[in-house]
Amino acid sequence: MNAPTYNFAYLDEQTKRMIRRAILKAIAIPGYQVPFASREMPMPYGWGTGGVQVTAAILGPDDVLKVIDQGADDTTNAVSIRKFFQRVAGIGTTTSTGDATIIQTRHRIPEQPLHEGQVLVYQVPIPEPLRFLEPRETETRKMHALEEYGLMHVKLYEDIARNGHIATTYAYPVKVEGRYVMDPSPTPKFDNPKMHMSAALQLFGAGREKRIYALPPHTEVVSLDFEDHPFEVQRFDKPCALCGAEQVYLDEVVLDDRGGRMFVCSDTDHCETRRANGFFGEMAEGGHDAQTSPLRGGRTEGPGGGEDGTNIPPPLTPPLKGEGNLSRPVAGVGSCKTSETSSFDCVAQAEGTPPGRTSSGHPPLKGEGSR
Amino acid sequence: MQAEAHMLEGGFAEPVLEAQATFRAVMDAMARPAGIVRIGPNATPPAPLTPLAGAIACTLLDADTPVWLDPLLSGSEAVRAWLGFHTGTRFASAPDEATFALFRDPAGMPPLDQFAQGTQEYPDRSTTLILQLESLESGPPLTFGGPGIKREATIAPRGLPADFAAQWAENTRRFPRGVDLILTAGDALACLPRSARLMEREG
Amino acid sequence: MYVAVKGGEAAIDNAHRLLADRRRGDRSVPALTLDQIAEQLALGVDRVMSEGSLYDRRLAALAIKQARGDLIEAVFLVRAYRTTLPRFGYAEPVDTGAMLIERRVSACYKDLPGGQLLGPTFDYTHRLLDEELDGDAEVGPGRLRMGAEEPVSRIADILGAEGLIEEDLDPSPLDEPGDINQTPMEFPLSRAMRLQSLSRGDEGFLLALGYSTQRGYARSHPFAGEIRIGEVEVEVCSPELGFAVPVGRVQLTECQMVNQFKGSAKAPPQFTRGYGLIFGQSERKAMAMALCDRALRAEELGEDIVAPPQDQEFVISHCDNVQATGFVEHLKLPHYVDFQAELGLVRSMRAEHAEPRDESLPDMKEAAE
Repeated sequence: MNAPTYNFAYLDEQTKRMIRRAILKAIAIPGYQVPFASREMPMPYGWGTGGVQVTAAILGPDDVLKVIDQGADDTTNAVSIRKFFQRVAGIGTTTSTGDATIIQTRHRIPEQPLHEGQVLVYQVPIPEPLRFLEPRETETRKMHALEEYGLMHVKLYEDIARNGHIATTYAYPVKVEGRYVMDPSPTPKFDNPKMHMSAALQLFGAGREKRIYALPPHTEVVSLDFEDHPFEVQRFDKPCALCGAEQVYLDEVVLDDRGGRMFVCSDTDHCETRRANGFFGEMAEGGHDAQTSPLRGGRTEGPGGGEDGTNIPPPLTPPLKGEGNLSRPVAGVGSCKTSETSSFDCVAQAEGTPPGRTSSGHPPLKGEGSR
Repeated sequence: MQAEAHMLEGGFAEPVLEAQATFRAVMDAMARPAGIVRIGPNATPPAPLTPLAGAIACTLLDADTPVWLDPLLSGSEAVRAWLGFHTGTRFASAPDEATFALFRDPAGMPPLDQFAQGTQEYPDRSTTLILQLESLESGPPLTFGGPGIKREATIAPRGLPADFAAQWAENTRRFPRGVDLILTAGDALACLPRSARLMEREG
Repeated sequence: MYVAVKGGEAAIDNAHRLLADRRRGDRSVPALTLDQIAEQLALGVDRVMSEGSLYDRRLAALAIKQARGDLIEAVFLVRAYRTTLPRFGYAEPVDTGAMLIERRVSACYKDLPGGQLLGPTFDYTHRLLDEELDGDAEVGPGRLRMGAEEPVSRIADILGAEGLIEEDLDPSPLDEPGDINQTPMEFPLSRAMRLQSLSRGDEGFLLALGYSTQRGYARSHPFAGEIRIGEVEVEVCSPELGFAVPVGRVQLTECQMVNQFKGSAKAPPQFTRGYGLIFGQSERKAMAMALCDRALRAEELGEDIVAPPQDQEFVISHCDNVQATGFVEHLKLPHYVDFQAELGLVRSMRAEHAEPRDESLPDMKEAAE
């Protein structure tokens, strides 16, 4: 009698129309949060329901979808959302950033610059950049209406007073076209410059908080900062241990309980593409350093150690108990010990470093820095 | 009886996929103001509603979105019946109560500020105007800048009000309040969101 | 050569297999049928219907089975299905005064038209575990009284006839009650919109908030004016027919709280109302809802907002358990990109913190010399 049946892309047409209208308004008023009557989705609130609703509302049968979480296509929630759309929309999927027409993301922007015609859909937990300063929606709405953003500057400046620099490392607020202060979602501030003048359309969906906002292509997006404390992105001292990439965002992988760490690309597609093109880092098989890496801190203990005595780094996706064997292709690597602070810090701290050193950081972009 | 039969016809044959395709065209156009997107619309509404305007109506309108029709459209019982049947929309009695407005004769349309502008708190609560024009390429050229536009974009719609440039400059000054336009002509579609700034008038 | 890990997909598939296994449990124990759940765990089914916002016992029972008895998970399943259903129209307001009563109690009057009707209540059961239930002992039929001799008047109408209680009006200027499913939430909400949210709100959350009002956090001196449980007819007005047609019956629990109010310069002293109405049978939820409704009317009644139950942004934004469980549980999703960003900052700040001290030590020595 009540056997459930579902529409293309899950949502009913009335819901899609409502979301589509919100998307058009969001595009017309860049950075402004359009309220929408968010629906329950078949995955939990907080797990990307806003992004999923936006994707479901724009998706067509010819689209090729890429889903990433933490920059990776293979994290469990990314896998789950990708499977959902394969199931309810029967669309093609890809892990290739360049091949995708729609990329749904949580917490990262791909390293490879996006191109015209692509749509980047962000999953947003708390869309209101002022929420942590003022919990009331009635108040924050007024602040946006009056363009009253003093509180945000005060907060950032308090950081500087207390810590010597702005202590916001992700979800770093931006100003859009000189008007709306916007939350970029919890992407690391490293990714903020990629939003500025991007060729792709960027759509932001917050399901639980019922907001949609957007950045059209070629839109000015400026990270908030001060004359004496200009915005700067994180910088890693080491390249990716697998593909050798510099100027990318790295994940820190704990190799053992004695301080062994490796740093690898957070963007798995970027890393794989580089390795397919012959670029290798010091811990990748085929990399010239692979056999000579110092084995300080002993051997790693990954699942199913190689019979030939090589060790396997732990999976980048945290294995969940009871989920069976995560078979992981072997990279013949040992562990490598890096000092706690050497591999990661902020350019902001590198005062007095020679200019050349910043070249390994993200190149400063026009429109960054103080306005 | 004949009008009734006509009313039932001319909607999307495949509503889900055709609405999606039409929406994507409108979304792309809204994201790249003053850029022309072409789409073969599959709706066949009664004249004087054009197939493309009809397809956009089927895509965006429903019972939650009161629509205002200009006199040429509202004078057609067939158009009203068709819109009512295929979209479930309600008809707004005043321009400023409308979520959407449809124009067969944009040159004679009421001033933009007569439509809902949204509020400073909720600027999204404004009217989106859907215009049926003669052409998007043979009229006086208008050059725009702003979000979505790499450097500048020029479009040449034929059939806009004579004082459109002045009206649009006012609309820009009201930002973030203001109306958004969807321009149609034949199979060509272009959008002017309120963020599009008129740079100069060429020619 | 390192190859992309596809462990995530295998892990998910394996996890789902294990979940299915655990859901079924010991295969030598017969599988539950939906009828068994609907009939014998009826109050759990009612809670899933009420908070799932979908009146369908079979689907609620299915959801409970699928969720292994986790009622919030079951509520979630029902909501996620419900959201895909097309909307055919809106029902006419139901008339709880015409309810086919199964239970009706009032704490305000010893007797009143229609009488006190205990119905199927746990109230006076001694909470002693009944080992008899570990089996299928014969249970005699309940005694039914056929047809009420007199109309079962609502207590609010009785008080209202004397002008002792405020009129039951939504003070909002809206003609329509609105629909929380179709409208983006905008504060302040009308009472009608608040009641919709509370009705599907989490029982535990409302219970705790309602309880806190009794303990002095926005105290409202409530009396349980009336609680009634029973079936009402649902009618839908069809535009084609031009009149309302019955489409079925639903079981509801309604609670009218009668609360003290001192009166003001413009209004004579009279009782105020708190209202609860939910699908199925749960007077705990209906009563808690009524307490919360009354507390949320603070602004309208000119009371100081001093406690969380009076704060509509606080209550309404946090009463939905599907939203709450999602966001709390999302913390188990990977956050390592952001954590890495914080890690980098903390390390560099610690390094800065250590530096001046190391440098200052020799300096201080020099100064001492």
